[in-house]
Amino acid sequence: MIEVANLSKRYGDLTAVQDVSFMAAPGEILGFLGPNGAGKTTTLRVITGFLPATSGTVRVCGFDVFEQSAEVRRRIGYLPENPPLYADMTVVPYLRFAAKIHGLARRDVGAAVDRAIDTCGLASVSERLLGHLSKGFRQRVGLAQALIHEPEVLILDEPTNGLDPGQIRDMLAFIRSLGAKRTIVLSTHILSQVLAACHKVVIINEGRVVLEAPLGDLTRDRSLEDVYTQAISSGPVSLPA
Amino acid sequence: MRNTLTIAGRELRSYFSSPVAYVLIAAFLALAGYFFYALLTAFNQTLAIYSMMRNPEMLQRFNLNEMVIRPLLHNMSVLLIFIVPAITMRMFPEEKRAGTYELLLTSPVRIGEIVAGKFLGGLALVAIMVALSGVFGLLLSRFGNPEVPMMLSGYLGLFLVATAFLAIGTLLSSFTDNVVIAYVGTLFALLVLYTIGWLGEAIQGVWAAIVRYVSITEHFQLFTQGIIDTKALVYFATILVVSLFLTHRSVESVRWR
Repeated sequence: MIEVANLSKRYGDLTAVQDVSFMAAPGEILGFLGPNGAGKTTTLRVITGFLPATSGTVRVCGFDVFEQSAEVRRRIGYLPENPPLYADMTVVPYLRFAAKIHGLARRDVGAAVDRAIDTCGLASVSERLLGHLSKGFRQRVGLAQALIHEPEVLILDEPTNGLDPGQIRDMLAFIRSLGAKRTIVLSTHILSQVLAACHKVVIINEGRVVLEAPLGDLTRDRSLEDVYTQAISSGPVSLPA
Repeated sequence: MRNTLTIAGRELRSYFSSPVAYVLIAAFLALAGYFFYALLTAFNQTLAIYSMMRNPEMLQRFNLNEMVIRPLLHNMSVLLIFIVPAITMRMFPEEKRAGTYELLLTSPVRIGEIVAGKFLGGLALVAIMVALSGVFGLLLSRFGNPEVPMMLSGYLGLFLVATAFLAIGTLLSSFTDNVVIAYVGTLFALLVLYTIGWLGEAIQGVWAAIVRYVSITEHFQLFTQGIIDTKALVYFATILVVSLFLTHRSVESVRWR
Protein backbone atom coordinates (compact mmCIF):
# COMPACT_ATOMS: atom_id res chain seq x y z
CA MET A 1 0.00 0.00 0.00
CA ILE A 2 1.43 3.34 -1.07
CA GLU A 3 -0.26 6.69 -0.54
CA VAL A 4 1.39 9.79 -1.96
CA ALA A 5 -0.33 13.05 -1.09
CA ASN A 6 0.52 16.52 -2.40
CA LEU A 7 4.18 15.65 -2.70
CA SER A 8 6.52 18.42 -3.84
CA LYS A 9 10.27 18.33 -4.16
CA ARG A 10 12.47 21.29 -5.00
CA TYR A 11 16.22 21.28 -5.56
CA GLY A 12 17.08 24.90 -4.87
CA ASP A 13 15.17 26.86 -7.51
CA LEU A 14 14.34 23.84 -9.60
CA THR A 15 11.00 22.23 -8.90
CA ALA A 16 11.35 18.55 -9.76
CA VAL A 17 7.98 17.36 -8.50
CA GLN A 18 4.93 19.52 -7.82
CA ASP A 19 1.87 18.50 -5.83
CA VAL A 20 1.94 14.84 -6.82
CA SER A 21 -0.73 12.51 -5.40
CA PHE A 22 -1.55 8.92 -6.23
CA MET A 23 -2.28 5.58 -4.59
CA ALA A 24 -1.31 1.99 -5.15
CA ALA A 25 -3.24 -0.80 -3.42
CA PRO A 26 -1.86 -4.19 -2.32
CA GLY A 27 -1.69 -6.62 -5.21
CA GLU A 28 -1.59 -3.76 -7.66
CA ILE A 29 1.13 -3.10 -10.21
CA LEU A 30 1.26 0.58 -10.88
CA GLY A 31 2.90 1.81 -14.06
CA PHE A 32 4.56 5.13 -13.44
CA LEU A 33 4.87 6.75 -16.82
CA GLY A 34 6.39 9.92 -18.08
CA PRO A 35 8.93 11.38 -20.43
CA ASN A 36 12.59 11.51 -19.37
CA GLY A 37 13.11 14.18 -16.73
CA ALA A 38 9.45 14.27 -15.69
CA GLY A 39 10.25 13.60 -12.02
CA LYS A 40 9.78 9.83 -11.90
CA THR A 41 13.08 9.01 -10.23
CA THR A 42 12.72 11.88 -7.76
CA THR A 43 9.25 10.68 -6.74
CA LEU A 44 10.46 7.12 -6.28
CA ARG A 45 13.45 8.30 -4.25
CA VAL A 46 11.13 10.15 -1.90
CA ILE A 47 8.90 7.08 -1.52
CA THR A 48 11.90 4.94 -0.57
CA GLY A 49 13.09 7.53 1.95
CA PHE A 50 16.33 8.25 0.11
CA LEU A 51 15.35 11.88 -0.42
CA PRO A 52 13.19 14.07 1.83
CA ALA A 53 10.16 15.80 0.36
CA THR A 54 9.96 19.56 0.37
CA SER A 55 6.28 19.24 1.27
CA GLY A 56 3.50 16.67 1.23
CA THR A 57 3.29 13.21 2.74
CA VAL A 58 4.06 9.68 1.67
CA ARG A 59 2.74 6.65 3.52
CA VAL A 60 3.90 3.12 2.85
CA CYS A 61 1.95 0.27 4.48
CA GLY A 62 0.42 2.93 6.71
CA PHE A 63 3.77 4.28 7.94
CA ASP A 64 4.91 7.80 7.22
CA VAL A 65 8.13 7.81 5.19
CA PHE A 66 9.56 10.74 7.15
CA GLU A 67 8.32 10.04 10.65
CA GLN A 68 8.65 6.25 10.64
CA SER A 69 11.39 5.86 8.10
CA ALA A 70 12.83 2.68 9.63
CA GLU A 71 9.48 0.85 9.47
CA VAL A 72 9.06 1.86 5.84
CA ARG A 73 12.60 0.86 4.84
CA ARG A 74 12.04 -2.58 6.36
CA ARG A 75 9.04 -3.13 4.09
CA ILE A 76 10.37 -1.76 0.83
CA GLY A 77 12.46 -3.39 -1.86
CA TYR A 78 14.04 -0.90 -4.21
CA LEU A 79 15.73 -1.23 -7.55
CA PRO A 80 17.18 2.20 -8.36
CA GLU A 81 17.66 3.42 -11.91
CA ASN A 82 21.22 2.10 -11.87
CA PRO A 83 21.42 -1.24 -10.07
CA PRO A 84 23.32 -0.57 -6.83
CA LEU A 85 26.13 -3.09 -7.28
CA TYR A 86 29.60 -3.31 -5.75
CA ALA A 87 31.77 -4.01 -8.80
CA ASP A 88 34.38 -5.91 -6.80
CA MET A 89 31.96 -8.43 -5.29
CA THR A 90 30.64 -11.64 -6.75
CA VAL A 91 26.92 -12.38 -6.87
CA VAL A 92 26.56 -14.61 -3.81
CA PRO A 93 28.44 -12.46 -1.26
CA TYR A 94 26.64 -9.41 -2.60
CA LEU A 95 23.23 -10.98 -2.08
CA ARG A 96 24.29 -12.21 1.36
CA PHE A 97 25.26 -8.62 2.18
CA ALA A 98 21.93 -7.30 0.88
CA ALA A 99 20.04 -9.93 2.91
CA LYS A 100 21.89 -9.03 6.11
CA ILE A 101 21.45 -5.28 5.85
CA HIS A 102 17.77 -5.86 5.19
CA GLY A 103 17.55 -7.47 8.58
CA LEU A 104 17.28 -11.16 7.74
CA ALA A 105 18.31 -13.45 10.58
CA ARG A 106 21.65 -15.16 10.06
CA ARG A 107 20.07 -18.60 9.66
CA ASP A 108 17.69 -17.35 6.95
CA VAL A 109 20.31 -15.63 4.81
CA GLY A 110 21.46 -18.73 2.92
CA ALA A 111 17.94 -19.80 1.97
CA ALA A 112 17.00 -16.27 0.91
CA VAL A 113 20.06 -16.00 -1.32
CA ASP A 114 19.39 -19.40 -2.91
CA ARG A 115 15.79 -18.43 -3.56
CA ALA A 116 16.76 -15.08 -5.09
CA ILE A 117 19.35 -16.72 -7.34
CA ASP A 118 16.79 -19.24 -8.40
CA THR A 119 13.90 -16.88 -9.08
CA CYS A 120 16.05 -14.31 -10.88
CA GLY A 121 17.91 -16.89 -12.96
CA LEU A 122 21.38 -16.07 -11.65
CA ALA A 123 22.74 -19.58 -11.14
CA SER A 124 25.01 -19.39 -14.20
CA VAL A 125 26.72 -16.19 -13.03
CA SER A 126 26.78 -16.74 -9.27
CA GLU A 127 30.59 -16.82 -9.16
CA ARG A 128 31.13 -13.82 -11.42
CA LEU A 129 32.22 -10.35 -10.38
CA LEU A 130 29.34 -7.88 -10.54
CA GLY A 131 31.51 -5.43 -12.45
CA HIS A 132 31.92 -8.00 -15.24
CA LEU A 133 28.24 -8.79 -15.72
CA SER A 134 26.26 -7.76 -18.78
CA LYS A 135 23.58 -5.10 -18.41
CA GLY A 136 20.83 -7.72 -18.36
CA PHE A 137 22.40 -9.66 -15.52
CA ARG A 138 23.23 -6.49 -13.60
CA GLN A 139 19.56 -5.58 -13.78
CA ARG A 140 18.56 -9.05 -12.56
CA VAL A 141 21.02 -8.95 -9.65
CA GLY A 142 19.57 -5.56 -8.75
CA LEU A 143 16.10 -7.09 -8.77
CA ALA A 144 17.30 -10.07 -6.70
CA GLN A 145 18.65 -7.60 -4.14
CA ALA A 146 15.30 -5.77 -4.03
CA LEU A 147 13.41 -9.04 -3.48
CA ILE A 148 15.76 -10.69 -1.03
CA HIS A 149 13.76 -9.84 2.08
CA GLU A 150 10.35 -10.55 0.48
CA PRO A 151 9.17 -6.94 0.80
CA GLU A 152 5.51 -5.98 0.74
CA VAL A 153 6.26 -3.01 -1.48
CA LEU A 154 8.52 -3.07 -4.49
CA ILE A 155 9.78 0.08 -6.17
CA LEU A 156 11.36 -0.54 -9.57
CA ASP A 157 12.91 2.39 -11.37
CA GLU A 158 13.07 1.53 -15.07
CA PRO A 159 13.73 -2.16 -14.46
CA THR A 160 13.84 -2.94 -18.18
CA ASN A 161 16.36 -0.24 -18.99
CA GLY A 162 19.08 -1.57 -21.26
CA LEU A 163 17.58 -5.02 -21.70
CA ASP A 164 17.05 -6.68 -25.06
CA PRO A 165 13.49 -7.51 -26.19
CA GLY A 166 13.59 -11.09 -24.95
CA GLN A 167 14.90 -10.02 -21.56
CA ILE A 168 12.26 -7.29 -21.33
CA ARG A 169 9.52 -9.85 -21.94
CA ASP A 170 10.95 -12.16 -19.28
CA MET A 171 11.41 -9.34 -16.80
CA LEU A 172 7.83 -8.12 -17.21
CA ALA A 173 6.44 -11.63 -16.93
CA PHE A 174 8.48 -12.07 -13.77
CA ILE A 175 7.26 -8.79 -12.29
CA ARG A 176 3.68 -9.80 -13.07
CA SER A 177 4.23 -13.09 -11.27
CA LEU A 178 5.39 -11.20 -8.16
CA GLY A 179 2.34 -9.00 -8.09
CA ALA A 180 -0.22 -11.14 -6.32
CA LYS A 181 0.43 -10.00 -2.74
CA ARG A 182 2.72 -7.07 -3.22
CA THR A 183 2.33 -3.48 -4.16
CA ILE A 184 4.61 -2.74 -7.07
CA VAL A 185 5.49 0.58 -8.64
CA LEU A 186 7.23 0.25 -11.96
CA SER A 187 8.52 3.34 -13.67
CA THR A 188 9.19 3.42 -17.36
CA HIS A 189 8.88 5.61 -20.39
CA ILE A 190 7.93 2.74 -22.65
CA LEU A 191 4.17 2.37 -23.07
CA SER A 192 4.00 -1.22 -24.20
CA GLN A 193 5.59 -2.29 -20.92
CA VAL A 194 2.76 -0.76 -18.98
CA LEU A 195 0.23 -2.61 -21.12
CA ALA A 196 2.12 -5.84 -20.59
CA ALA A 197 2.47 -5.68 -16.83
CA CYS A 198 0.36 -3.10 -15.03
CA HIS A 199 -3.12 -2.76 -13.58
CA LYS A 200 -3.05 0.95 -13.18
CA VAL A 201 -1.21 3.84 -14.70
CA VAL A 202 -0.04 7.19 -13.39
CA ILE A 203 1.33 9.61 -15.96
CA ILE A 204 3.58 12.39 -14.78
CA ASN A 205 4.82 15.29 -16.86
CA GLU A 206 7.04 18.20 -15.84
CA GLY A 207 6.68 17.23 -12.21
CA ARG A 208 2.88 17.01 -12.14
CA VAL A 209 0.50 14.07 -12.30
CA VAL A 210 -1.55 14.46 -15.45
CA LEU A 211 -3.41 11.19 -15.23
CA GLU A 212 -4.19 8.41 -12.74
CA ALA A 213 -6.50 5.64 -13.89
CA PRO A 214 -6.97 1.90 -14.05
CA LEU A 215 -5.59 0.60 -17.29
CA GLY A 216 -8.81 -1.15 -18.30
CA ASP A 217 -10.94 2.01 -18.27
CA LEU A 218 -8.30 3.97 -20.01
CA THR A 219 -7.71 1.86 -23.05
CA ARG A 220 -11.27 0.72 -23.66
CA ASP A 221 -11.78 2.92 -26.68
CA ARG A 222 -8.35 4.42 -27.37
CA SER A 223 -4.77 3.27 -27.49
CA LEU A 224 -2.53 4.03 -24.53
CA GLU A 225 -0.30 5.92 -26.89
CA ASP A 226 -3.08 8.39 -27.69
CA VAL A 227 -3.86 8.85 -24.03
CA TYR A 228 -0.21 9.38 -23.22
CA THR A 229 0.42 11.84 -26.03
CA GLN A 230 -2.63 13.83 -25.08
CA ALA A 231 -1.71 13.75 -21.39
CA ILE A 232 1.78 15.07 -21.78
CA SER A 233 0.86 17.69 -24.35
CA SER A 234 -2.33 19.22 -22.97
CA GLY A 235 -2.38 18.53 -19.26
CA PRO A 236 -5.13 16.63 -17.43
CA VAL A 237 -7.07 14.12 -19.49
CA SER A 238 -10.76 13.55 -19.18
CA LEU A 239 -11.69 9.97 -18.54
CA PRO A 240 -14.26 8.39 -20.80
CA ALA A 241 -17.56 8.30 -19.00
CA MET B 1 25.89 -3.98 16.05
CA ARG B 2 25.35 -6.82 13.62
CA ASN B 3 24.75 -4.35 10.80
CA THR B 4 27.89 -2.47 11.77
CA LEU B 5 29.94 -5.65 11.50
CA THR B 6 28.29 -6.58 8.19
CA ILE B 7 29.25 -3.22 6.72
CA ALA B 8 32.72 -3.27 8.28
CA GLY B 9 33.30 -6.75 6.86
CA ARG B 10 32.27 -5.71 3.38
CA GLU B 11 34.47 -2.63 3.61
CA LEU B 12 37.51 -4.60 4.73
CA ARG B 13 36.99 -7.28 2.06
CA SER B 14 36.74 -4.61 -0.62
CA TYR B 15 40.24 -3.38 0.29
CA PHE B 16 41.60 -6.88 -0.14
CA SER B 17 39.59 -7.90 -3.19
CA SER B 18 41.38 -5.18 -5.16
CA PRO B 19 45.14 -4.57 -4.97
CA VAL B 20 44.53 -1.48 -2.80
CA ALA B 21 45.27 -3.07 0.56
CA TYR B 22 48.36 -4.89 -0.70
CA VAL B 23 49.81 -1.82 -2.38
CA LEU B 24 49.24 0.36 0.69
CA ILE B 25 50.66 -2.21 3.11
CA ALA B 26 53.66 -2.89 0.87
CA ALA B 27 54.43 0.81 0.39
CA PHE B 28 54.12 1.47 4.10
CA LEU B 29 56.31 -1.45 5.16
CA ALA B 30 58.94 -0.88 2.46
CA LEU B 31 59.44 2.74 3.46
CA ALA B 32 59.29 1.97 7.17
CA GLY B 33 61.83 -0.82 6.61
CA TYR B 34 64.10 1.60 4.82
CA PHE B 35 63.86 4.10 7.70
CA PHE B 36 64.53 1.31 10.16
CA TYR B 37 67.61 0.19 8.28
CA ALA B 38 68.97 3.74 7.97
CA LEU B 39 68.39 4.52 11.64
CA LEU B 40 69.92 1.27 12.78
CA THR B 41 72.99 1.74 10.59
CA ALA B 42 73.48 5.26 11.93
CA PHE B 43 73.08 3.93 15.46
CA ASN B 44 75.71 1.24 14.94
CA GLN B 45 78.15 3.66 13.40
CA THR B 46 77.80 6.18 16.20
CA LEU B 47 78.10 3.41 18.70
CA ALA B 48 81.33 2.21 17.10
CA ILE B 49 82.79 5.71 17.15
CA TYR B 50 81.98 6.25 20.81
CA SER B 51 83.33 2.81 21.71
CA MET B 52 86.60 3.67 20.06
CA MET B 53 86.73 6.89 22.03
CA ARG B 54 86.30 4.79 25.17
CA ASN B 55 83.83 7.21 26.60
CA PRO B 56 81.60 5.16 28.92
CA GLU B 57 79.56 8.17 29.95
CA MET B 58 78.50 8.88 26.37
CA LEU B 59 77.83 5.21 25.77
CA GLN B 60 75.53 5.14 28.76
CA ARG B 61 73.34 7.86 27.32
CA PHE B 62 73.01 5.97 24.14
CA ASN B 63 70.09 3.71 23.67
CA LEU B 64 68.00 1.98 21.06
CA ASN B 65 64.78 3.58 22.20
CA GLU B 66 65.96 7.09 21.68
CA MET B 67 68.11 6.54 18.60
CA VAL B 68 66.06 4.05 16.64
CA ILE B 69 62.56 3.34 17.92
CA ARG B 70 61.41 6.85 18.63
CA PRO B 71 62.53 8.35 15.30
CA LEU B 72 61.17 5.29 13.52
CA LEU B 73 57.75 5.75 15.13
CA HIS B 74 57.73 9.42 14.17
CA ASN B 75 58.71 8.60 10.61
CA MET B 76 55.96 6.01 10.40
CA SER B 77 53.44 8.55 11.66
CA VAL B 78 54.52 10.79 8.76
CA LEU B 79 53.95 7.89 6.34
CA LEU B 80 50.44 7.51 7.73
CA ILE B 81 49.67 11.09 6.70
CA PHE B 82 49.94 9.91 3.11
CA ILE B 83 48.64 6.36 3.48
CA VAL B 84 45.49 6.89 5.57
CA PRO B 85 43.80 9.30 3.12
CA ALA B 86 44.22 6.61 0.46
CA ILE B 87 42.25 4.25 2.70
CA THR B 88 39.45 6.68 3.49
CA MET B 89 39.11 8.40 0.12
CA ARG B 90 36.92 5.66 -1.35
CA MET B 91 34.63 5.15 1.62
CA PHE B 92 31.76 7.40 0.60
CA PRO B 93 32.62 8.68 -2.91
CA GLU B 94 32.69 5.18 -4.32
CA GLU B 95 29.29 4.32 -2.86
CA LYS B 96 27.85 7.53 -4.26
CA ARG B 97 29.27 6.86 -7.72
CA ALA B 98 28.20 3.23 -7.86
CA GLY B 99 24.71 4.02 -6.57
CA THR B 100 25.19 1.61 -3.66
CA TYR B 101 24.69 4.61 -1.38
CA GLU B 102 21.02 4.37 -2.32
CA LEU B 103 21.02 0.71 -1.31
CA LEU B 104 22.53 1.50 2.08
CA LEU B 105 20.35 4.49 2.84
CA THR B 106 17.10 2.81 1.80
CA SER B 107 17.85 -0.37 3.76
CA PRO B 108 16.78 -0.59 7.41
CA VAL B 109 20.38 0.03 8.51
CA ARG B 110 20.85 3.09 10.75
CA ILE B 111 23.18 5.87 9.67
CA GLY B 112 25.26 5.39 12.80
CA GLU B 113 25.78 1.78 11.77
CA ILE B 114 26.90 2.80 8.29
CA VAL B 115 29.41 5.31 9.65
CA ALA B 116 30.70 2.98 12.37
CA GLY B 117 30.94 0.08 9.92
CA LYS B 118 32.93 2.04 7.37
CA PHE B 119 35.23 3.40 10.05
CA LEU B 120 35.83 0.00 11.63
CA GLY B 121 36.54 -1.59 8.23
CA GLY B 122 39.23 1.01 7.61
CA LEU B 123 40.49 0.69 11.16
CA ALA B 124 41.00 -3.04 10.71
CA LEU B 125 43.24 -2.37 7.71
CA VAL B 126 45.19 0.29 9.62
CA ALA B 127 45.54 -2.05 12.60
CA ILE B 128 46.93 -4.76 10.33
CA MET B 129 49.44 -2.27 8.97
CA VAL B 130 50.60 -1.01 12.36
CA ALA B 131 50.76 -4.56 13.71
CA LEU B 132 52.93 -5.66 10.79
CA SER B 133 55.30 -2.77 11.46
CA GLY B 134 55.71 -4.31 14.91
CA VAL B 135 58.21 -6.64 13.24
CA PHE B 136 60.84 -3.90 13.63
CA GLY B 137 60.28 -3.81 17.37
CA LEU B 138 60.45 -7.61 17.51
CA LEU B 139 63.76 -7.61 15.64
CA LEU B 140 65.20 -5.11 18.08
CA SER B 141 64.00 -7.10 21.08
CA ARG B 142 65.44 -10.27 19.61
CA PHE B 143 68.88 -8.91 18.78
CA GLY B 144 69.19 -5.89 21.05
CA ASN B 145 68.00 -4.72 24.37
CA PRO B 146 65.37 -1.97 24.01
CA GLU B 147 62.98 -0.98 26.77
CA VAL B 148 59.93 -2.97 25.81
CA PRO B 149 57.25 -1.03 27.75
CA MET B 150 58.40 2.23 26.21
CA MET B 151 58.29 0.62 22.79
CA LEU B 152 54.78 -0.71 23.37
CA SER B 153 53.55 2.66 24.51
CA GLY B 154 55.09 4.14 21.33
CA TYR B 155 53.22 1.65 19.17
CA LEU B 156 50.00 2.40 21.05
CA GLY B 157 50.62 6.06 20.24
CA LEU B 158 51.13 5.24 16.57
CA PHE B 159 47.90 3.27 16.50
CA LEU B 160 46.02 6.17 18.12
CA VAL B 161 47.49 8.59 15.57
CA ALA B 162 46.31 6.25 12.80
CA THR B 163 42.85 6.06 14.39
CA ALA B 164 42.57 9.83 14.57
CA PHE B 165 43.75 10.19 10.96
CA LEU B 166 41.23 7.60 9.87
CA ALA B 167 38.36 9.33 11.66
CA ILE B 168 39.23 12.64 10.00
CA GLY B 169 39.54 10.93 6.61
CA THR B 170 36.15 9.26 7.11
CA LEU B 171 34.59 12.65 7.82
CA LEU B 172 36.11 14.37 4.80
CA SER B 173 35.24 11.51 2.47
CA SER B 174 31.59 11.83 3.52
CA PHE B 175 31.51 15.39 2.16
CA THR B 176 32.21 14.56 -1.47
CA ASP B 177 31.60 12.14 -4.30
CA ASN B 178 35.08 12.67 -5.70
CA VAL B 179 38.01 10.53 -4.55
CA VAL B 180 40.66 13.08 -5.51
CA ILE B 181 38.99 15.77 -3.42
CA ALA B 182 38.61 13.31 -0.54
CA TYR B 183 42.30 12.39 -0.74
CA VAL B 184 43.72 15.90 -1.06
CA GLY B 185 41.31 17.37 1.50
CA THR B 186 42.30 14.75 4.06
CA LEU B 187 46.00 15.08 3.25
CA PHE B 188 45.72 18.81 3.78
CA ALA B 189 43.86 18.46 7.08
CA LEU B 190 46.33 15.89 8.40
CA LEU B 191 49.36 17.97 7.42
CA VAL B 192 47.89 20.99 9.20
CA LEU B 193 47.16 18.92 12.29
CA TYR B 194 50.64 17.47 12.20
CA THR B 195 52.61 20.66 11.65
CA ILE B 196 50.53 23.22 13.52
CA GLY B 197 52.68 22.63 16.61
CA TRP B 198 55.56 24.33 14.80
CA LEU B 199 53.68 27.59 15.23
CA GLY B 200 53.86 27.08 18.97
CA GLU B 201 57.51 28.01 18.87
CA ALA B 202 56.93 31.14 16.82
CA ILE B 203 54.13 32.65 18.87
CA GLN B 204 53.51 33.18 22.57
CA GLY B 205 50.81 33.26 25.16
CA VAL B 206 47.36 31.73 24.94
CA TRP B 207 47.59 31.08 21.22
CA ALA B 208 50.75 29.09 21.64
CA ALA B 209 49.03 26.96 24.27
CA ILE B 210 46.03 26.41 22.00
CA VAL B 211 48.19 25.53 19.03
CA ARG B 212 50.14 23.08 21.13
CA TYR B 213 46.96 21.50 22.38
CA VAL B 214 45.64 21.03 18.84
CA SER B 215 48.91 19.59 17.53
CA ILE B 216 48.85 15.82 17.17
CA THR B 217 52.65 15.55 17.43
CA GLU B 218 52.65 17.12 20.90
CA HIS B 219 50.46 14.27 22.15
CA PHE B 220 52.04 11.52 20.12
CA GLN B 221 55.54 12.22 21.36
CA LEU B 222 54.45 11.58 24.94
CA PHE B 223 53.64 8.01 23.94
CA THR B 224 57.00 7.54 22.24
CA GLN B 225 58.65 8.65 25.48
CA GLY B 226 56.78 5.92 27.30
CA ILE B 227 54.26 8.27 28.90
CA ILE B 228 50.60 7.30 28.66
CA ASP B 229 48.97 10.55 29.67
CA THR B 230 45.22 10.83 30.28
CA LYS B 231 45.22 14.23 28.60
CA ALA B 232 46.64 12.69 25.43
CA LEU B 233 44.11 9.88 25.55
CA VAL B 234 41.33 12.44 25.90
CA TYR B 235 42.77 14.33 22.94
CA PHE B 236 42.63 11.28 20.66
CA ALA B 237 39.19 10.27 21.93
CA THR B 238 37.94 13.79 21.21
CA ILE B 239 39.15 13.71 17.60
CA LEU B 240 37.55 10.30 17.13
CA VAL B 241 34.17 11.18 18.64
CA VAL B 242 33.86 14.61 17.05
CA SER B 243 34.87 13.36 13.58
CA LEU B 244 32.50 10.42 13.62
CA PHE B 245 29.67 12.50 15.04
CA LEU B 246 30.11 15.05 12.25
CA THR B 247 30.28 12.22 9.70
CA HIS B 248 26.93 11.04 11.02
CA ARG B 249 25.48 14.51 10.57
CA SER B 250 26.97 14.82 7.11
CA VAL B 251 25.47 11.50 5.93
CA GLU B 252 22.19 12.35 7.57
CA SER B 253 22.08 15.70 5.80
CA VAL B 254 20.79 14.08 2.57
CA ARG B 255 17.64 13.47 4.55
CA TRP B 256 17.01 17.11 5.37
CA ARG B 257 18.53 18.89 2.42
